[in-house]
Amino acid sequence: MENKNFEDIFEAKMAKNEIIEPKDWMPDNYRKHLIRQISQHAHSEIVGMLPEGNWITRAPSLRSKLVLLAKVQDEGGHGLYLYTAAETLGTDRDELLNALHTGKAKYSSIFNYPTLTWADIGAIGWLVDGAAIMNQVMLQRTSYGPYARAMVRICKEESFHQRQGYEIMCHLSFGTSEQKEMAQDALNRWWYPTLMMFGPPDAESPNSENAIKWRIKRESNDQLRQRFVNQTMEQVDYLGLTVPDKNLKYNETKKAYDFSEPNWAEFKNVISGNGPCNKERLAARNEAHKKGEWVRAAAAAYAKKNKDAVAA
Amino acid sequence: MSDSQGPIWEVFVQKKAGQPFVHCGSLHAFDKEMALQNARDLYTRRNEGMSLWVVLSSAIVSSSPEDMGPFFEPANDKVYRHPTFYQIPDAIGHM
Repeated sequence: MENKNFEDIFEAKMAKNEIIEPKDWMPDNYRKHLIRQISQHAHSEIVGMLPEGNWITRAPSLRSKLVLLAKVQDEGGHGLYLYTAAETLGTDRDELLNALHTGKAKYSSIFNYPTLTWADIGAIGWLVDGAAIMNQVMLQRTSYGPYARAMVRICKEESFHQRQGYEIMCHLSFGTSEQKEMAQDALNRWWYPTLMMFGPPDAESPNSENAIKWRIKRESNDQLRQRFVNQTMEQVDYLGLTVPDKNLKYNETKKAYDFSEPNWAEFKNVISGNGPCNKERLAARNEAHKKGEWVRAAAAAYAKKNKDAVAA
Repeated sequence: MSDSQGPIWEVFVQKKAGQPFVHCGSLHAFDKEMALQNARDLYTRRNEGMSLWVVLSSAIVSSSPEDMGPFFEPANDKVYRHPTFYQIPDAIGHM
């Protein structure tokens, strides 16, 4: 009886487009869905630091090194905003990190691909961050308050990430023929994995229905993917590069591009742990966490000793 | 428990002198000093503020959404607290 009443209030808020806050009653499945989605999002930011971290020591100039450091630091920050947003739902940081480190939790499949050349850093900023922004702009209006607020902050910061990536692509595409080849090679390798970032086609997306019903997501995977392609093609053309899809062409009737679907079997394979870098990424995360253990222990001991300390 | 992350703190930022402090998010830290430094690194990487407050999340007392109706009810029937309740002659104009 009581629960029914709470549920009615929740549904009424949904119907009125209102925002849900941590102390509001919410259905268990709404809570579970959010914890899963927000923590996956946080893990993606944290694991996403690794492929780019690979190039910090080898960035071709001091300027590009400073920029890359700042970008990777932002991603660490984005992970932290998201972890604390997930924690408002009654989970804790240790639990979330443990799920990542044991391989129980998922993160974006894109970060399981290797960064082979400097052009990959350009392609990641331009395409991967571009795709992430498309998703995150939508999530600024998600129905859960702390998640929406984290997204507003993240979107403000992401725009620099995409622009710095495109700037690298411009330098290479208008550089020597070897540089242009490098840019084309990076685009070839990152194109389909980027399209996969929006998730499986709507017809096969197991979590989509609830996400749309609860306004956690406001647009479907396929809608976002189509918008991304429409928006990106002008940028591809400007660089004088081509996407690795012979079916891609503008469709006058639908006023949008037709394009080939990514290989969904590959997507499933990478998501289930068998991509080119899954093991390396997980090992790097575990090692970093283990190496930080003495820092956490020392900070805890210092706080305990200090008179300013607060009981945890 | 050597792996714990420390308690949660809420962070408030003041954008410019004279403006109110606004909640911007939360973080983990083991003590006050670390909370303030983490808040600076996490929430003011682009000059978002000139002053920060951090407060233990557990120290915050808040109203409950379930009580929202009765708790704020006393304000509902006091229209005389609003300036539009009062009639001022047209001749006086804006007041």
